[in-house]
Amino acid sequence: MRIVVQEDRFDIGAETAAFAAGRTDMGAIVTFTGIVREIAESPLEAMVIEHYPGMTEKALTEIAQEASRRWALGDVLVIHRFGRLAPGETIMMIATAAPHRADAFAAAEFLMDYLKSRAPFWKKEITATGDGWVAAKDEDEAALDRWQA
Amino acid sequence: MIDVLYFAWVRERIGLPKERIETQAETVAALVEELKGREARYELAFADSDALRVALDQELSGFDAPLAGVREVAFFPPMTGG
Repeated sequence: MRIVVQEDRFDIGAETAAFAAGRTDMGAIVTFTGIVREIAESPLEAMVIEHYPGMTEKALTEIAQEASRRWALGDVLVIHRFGRLAPGETIMMIATAAPHRADAFAAAEFLMDYLKSRAPFWKKEITATGDGWVAAKDEDEAALDRWQA
Repeated sequence: MIDVLYFAWVRERIGLPKERIETQAETVAALVEELKGREARYELAFADSDALRVALDQELSGFDAPLAGVREVAFFPPMTGG
């Protein structure tokens, strides 16, 4: 398991290749990449991501450990950036490795659902007409319900 | 003494990221009431506590949780990672 919280950019391809290297027992690798997206209402100049150093790493580790308990995973990777990001930049990525794809896909969805509303990150949009904190959505919280079996 | 941390718009409304305070508050809710009584900026930040989350020693917690033995309290809006 590798959990990384950093300000610097990273290379999705290189990270995925490194994650996959040397695992002949894993038949499936699923990756998800989050990108800073332009918004229709007002031109986005930047996205500023704040986090809670210490708690962030701890929360991400706990989420990844829970995913590893629920599914037969060989490995988990989480990289999440903070600081000022321009539209088009990569915010974060996750990767899951498993012998079979169903576990890798399900674990990746679980990681993303929990990461969105249980890891201490906050996004602020900087636009030409002003700045605003991104509000959490009810549907993000509701997304966790499906994992409460 | 307890470290109190603020993030995102809570930090902006209060005007600082962290402070160390002396308090006799027994629960998170009592600490919030104490802070709200200090100055208008705290009143503003804590006006709607339904909109807030709290972590005690870096674990998500509830507003009714006791503060005994806690070293670090953090207040912030619902998280928006990913």
